[in-house]
Amino acid sequence: MGMGSDMYRQQILDHYKNPRNYGELEDATFSHVGENPMCGDEIEMHVKLDDDEEEIEFVSFTGDGCAISQASASMLSEKLQGTTLDELEAMDRDDVIDMLGVDISPMRVKCAVLAEKVAQDGADIYKGELDVEKTKTEE
Amino acid sequence: MGTHESELLDVETLREDFPILQREFNGEQVVYLDNAATTQTPDPVVDTIADYYRNTNANVHRGIHQLSQEASIAYEEAHDRLAEFVGASGGREEIVFTKNTTESENLVAYAWGLAELGPGDEVVLTEMEHHASLVTWQQIAKKAGADVRYIPVTEDGRLDMHEARDVIGPDTAMVSVVHVSNTLGTVNPVAELADLAHDEDALIFVDGAQAVPNRPVDVEAIDADFYAFSGHKMAGPTGIGVLYGKQHLLEEMDPFLYGGEMIRKVTQEDAQWNDLPWKFEAGTPVIAQGIALAAAADYLDDIGLENVQRHEEALANYAMERFAEFDDIETYGPPAGEERGGLVAFNVESVHAHDLSSILNDHAVAIRAGDHCTQPLHDVLGITASARASFYVYNTRAEIDKLVAAIDDARQLFA
Ligand SMILES: Cc1ncc(COP(=O)(O)O)c(C=O)c1O
Repeated sequence: MGMGSDMYRQQILDHYKNPRNYGELEDATFSHVGENPMCGDEIEMHVKLDDDEEEIEFVSFTGDGCAISQASASMLSEKLQGTTLDELEAMDRDDVIDMLGVDISPMRVKCAVLAEKVAQDGADIYKGELDVEKTKTEE
Repeated sequence: MGTHESELLDVETLREDFPILQREFNGEQVVYLDNAATTQTPDPVVDTIADYYRNTNANVHRGIHQLSQEASIAYEEAHDRLAEFVGASGGREEIVFTKNTTESENLVAYAWGLAELGPGDEVVLTEMEHHASLVTWQQIAKKAGADVRYIPVTEDGRLDMHEARDVIGPDTAMVSVVHVSNTLGTVNPVAELADLAHDEDALIFVDGAQAVPNRPVDVEAIDADFYAFSGHKMAGPTGIGVLYGKQHLLEEMDPFLYGGEMIRKVTQEDAQWNDLPWKFEAGTPVIAQGIALAAAADYLDDIGLENVQRHEEALANYAMERFAEFDDIETYGPPAGEERGGLVAFNVESVHAHDLSSILNDHAVAIRAGDHCTQPLHDVLGITASARASFYVYNTRAEIDKLVAAIDDARQLFA
């Protein structure tokens, strides 16, 4: 079996079918939305920081799309809890693929990194370092 | 291979011309169902390309030497061959070789549109246009200050011809319409639309990218002013497209690209244009591709375009029938049993099109997933993406059965 089934391991399917932390976040410090224009996947990440505005207290997400992008958002929402904004900023595509724990075929990497890019752009916008309305995964 | 195919085409023999179809992934033979994106290239066409480079390669129209003469003649005759293939009685003067359908659209939009369109003019498109036509005319209309209007698509995936009579009116200057939709499979009544356009003294541009590969096309019977298609979707090579234009229109138009080859006389101050079609083929043209495209036309004519059409329609209808067995598969376009091009776009309820495509890839089944360059149409359909299976001369019912079985695997995984 090739990339595809390797991609759809139990963990991915579980997060897709039972997304963690799915929903709006009333007291979010910031929210940001992004899309993968190629396939119409759309994800909004909602982040609540602690009082020092350094540590990430809670993350939720909304949106819909393919299993890879949705599972990635779900897993990221768990992973980010208790980390710092700096740690979020330091993440790269390899960290996302490690987190997913499966081989991602080249054509699907954009789906995998959507949530991470949205969260990072959201943080940059919050800190006043970036000015975009919507993140688009096009590299 | 099923017995059904043999009634129309000897698929088994045809497949011998396409060694790529023998490739295996994960131990399974590839099932290539992405022909609307690009078709495979048969050995006689590949051999033509190799033979050209091995024996005839030279620049055209420049050398007095033997190789250049041979290359020039073969390249020029390829224009005549393509003219004949689509019923252009004007011959080579009405056939411009471009890079692809998209460039053919841009050529007319820039060379004719920018010169002729202005405020108060309308360009009429359809909701099922490919981005090649939609984006091009949308942007050129913007530059020219003209308006864009759309002929809507009905529930069953056809053009609303009642509305078309309204939308095409006295202010219409250009109607650009897709002959066969690459997403719905709908075969549009382009001759009727040409009449509507001409009644209003407008021109009609027909995007035949999904029509010329799989049915007999006669541009004069349609009365198209311009007609475009791509080599790589009709058993030909990539890198070449065709623009047919009525001779008097091409004569009146200014060039699209400037440079060598397209001029007759140049001074420091000015230049005179070459004859048709060379006026529109600036620089060293697509020589090998043009000659190979003529070979592809020969290949398709040997099979018979009527046979290709019937074969594709039979496969599309078989796919529609198989899909209809499942409540969770939604298909788009005209209902089963009606005329359609050889493709079916669909969605499986619980599986995103991209996931489906990845899982089918495990079974070596190649389909397309996404918006197929028809985003505005997907908006009208209320979906963001779809899967699409599209067929060609070498596909079989057995391959569609494999597709359906693979879809079932995806369904199980996501259940
Ligand atoms: C209907 C239609 N028009 C235009 C195009 C564009 O063709 P090309 O990419 O060869 O320019 C395509 C194929 O992608 C198509 O299906």
